[in-house]
Amino acid sequence: MLDNTAFDLRRYLRGGGHSFGVWVALVAMILFGLIRYENFGGAYNISSFLNYNAMFIVISVGMCFVILTGGIDLSVGSVAAFTSVVAAYLSPYGIQVALPGAVLAGLAIGGLNALFVVAMRIPPFIATLATMLGAKGGALVISGAQTISIDWGSNFTRLGMEQAFGILPWTIVITAVVVIALWIVLERTSLGRTVLAVGGGEDASTMMGLDVTRAKVFVYALSGACGGLAGVFLASGFGAGQPLEGVGWELSAIASVVVGGTLLTGGMGSVGATVAGALLLGLVFNILNFENGRGVISLSAYWQMVIRGGFLFAVILLQSHLASRSKGTTI
Amino acid sequence: MTQTLAMMRGRFDPSRHGALLALVVIVLFNLAVTPNFLQAQTLFVNISQVATIAIVAMGMTLVIATGGIDLSVGAVMALSGALAPLIFLSDFATANPGLGLAASILVPIVVALCCGIFNGVLVSVLNVQPIVATLIFFISGRGLAQVLTNGNLQTFTNPSFSYLGTGRVLGLPFQGWLVLLIAVVLFWVVTRSVFGRQLLAVGGNERAARLSGIPVHRVKIGAYVICAGLSGLAGLIVVAINSASDAARIGNLMELDAIAAAVVGGTLLQGGRAPIFGAVLGAVIIQLVKYTLLANGIADEVALIAKAGIIIAAVYLQQARKE
Repeated sequence: MLDNTAFDLRRYLRGGGHSFGVWVALVAMILFGLIRYENFGGAYNISSFLNYNAMFIVISVGMCFVILTGGIDLSVGSVAAFTSVVAAYLSPYGIQVALPGAVLAGLAIGGLNALFVVAMRIPPFIATLATMLGAKGGALVISGAQTISIDWGSNFTRLGMEQAFGILPWTIVITAVVVIALWIVLERTSLGRTVLAVGGGEDASTMMGLDVTRAKVFVYALSGACGGLAGVFLASGFGAGQPLEGVGWELSAIASVVVGGTLLTGGMGSVGATVAGALLLGLVFNILNFENGRGVISLSAYWQMVIRGGFLFAVILLQSHLASRSKGTTI
Repeated sequence: MTQTLAMMRGRFDPSRHGALLALVVIVLFNLAVTPNFLQAQTLFVNISQVATIAIVAMGMTLVIATGGIDLSVGAVMALSGALAPLIFLSDFATANPGLGLAASILVPIVVALCCGIFNGVLVSVLNVQPIVATLIFFISGRGLAQVLTNGNLQTFTNPSFSYLGTGRVLGLPFQGWLVLLIAVVLFWVVTRSVFGRQLLAVGGNERAARLSGIPVHRVKIGAYVICAGLSGLAGLIVVAINSASDAARIGNLMELDAIAAAVVGGTLLQGGRAPIFGAVLGAVIIQLVKYTLLANGIADEVALIAKAGIIIAAVYLQQARKE
């Protein structure tokens, strides 16, 4: 009987990738927070937490698609910085121009990545490294390395300030729609299946007649567009275009994807677990802030970086353990 | 000229040839356009700026040769650069200047080597992908450095330590000679030593290397340790040049410069090749492009876009050659 249980658990782990751990950790941390801190479950904390993390969730989900094909996108942080400036410049024309404009700007850089990777066969790491530098340079050039303030007369500012239907901030509503749409794309469409197949084995996918090129162009364009949307959130949340922001965001996004159990070699992973990974990394900060607030410990921003790295290390060790037991693959 | 170079290397190598050509073009362009390019001061500025990139890029080349990548180099630089002033400004070091100076150089480098062991063990023994493994120090290393210094800028005057960054030997900056020495040693290691042959074998085909009895774990850890140690040294040089240490800024974005230099110098990202002098050449090209733009009044930001263009061009040429 004991043997049977063990077998079932192992089969479950195999079937669900390595995402099992992230859900357990997420639930455990939420419970910990609810029990330990009075205001943890309050509307204000939940709403501001989600509002702040919306941009990280969006780029993490885009990154998840790229990583599923076995690629990587280092440019998302720079893209967000670039598009936040674009959004700020377009803000006088209202959100109906600024939002699509910024997303299109991100999409264009994503398209450039796709061109480099698919047509010029440049390794994704290098191609997106170059667009990272290029987008960063572009953001600094068009803004003159200054933050670009947003026109408060336009309806753009409502995005970061007001609640949709009086309940949740607009950023969270938009993020939820994007996440659900992408979940459907990955799990329920042939394009999503091709994305998974490309990561599982590119040559085999080609031989099976799958449109590998289309899938690859899609994931880089998507990731760029997600970076564009994150830029919109950034601009609206801080009330300004921020050309100097976005440093290290790509690595946060990669960390979220990895914590969510997606293998960097591609082929296996999920949108939901990636969102869970992003929330988990965000919660580490949220809980540290509560601890600071209680005066129990006094952690500077520097310590938080150290703890974040340590946390990533712990998750990696756990996953490496699970991976070696269930499949023998690398993280 | 090209014939001689080709013979020196034993065979013709178009990707490195391309980098040399690019260098010649940049130098000629500068001679024609940039004012005061032929002055000694220009040379000194460029040598002292290129030295740190070149030193880190050589370490990165070894890591990439194993098929890996090291994102933590900038953070390791920050860590060692923050440690050094802490040590020689301490009470112990002011009482024993000689010992203090030695400790302020040795301890940071030993700490850096430990970071390399950590990276190497994660990558080889625990089988974690290099990007993820080195991401840990990328995130937390700079934080550690800032914790150690409370995020403060440390300024100091310590002539013997500053020699690392401002000293001259035979009229040329000391760190330039250091680059040359490291390059010669690493070139020997890669081309002549057992470790070097094992390194290239691991990068070329890890499975085959393992089956033929090469200690793959040890070789990989070795590459990460050398890379981290060199990053530590580069961190010390940056601090010595500035006579100040700011943990938030030392080695910032260095991982990108180092990877770019290695790739421009002809290192294949798939591993299996370690052109040490190529990495130095790549670093020189990247530095000269930066200098050319700045000296001609073009903003720093545009230089980033130029760097991006160079990286794409270099790798595209590599790819084109392979097919």
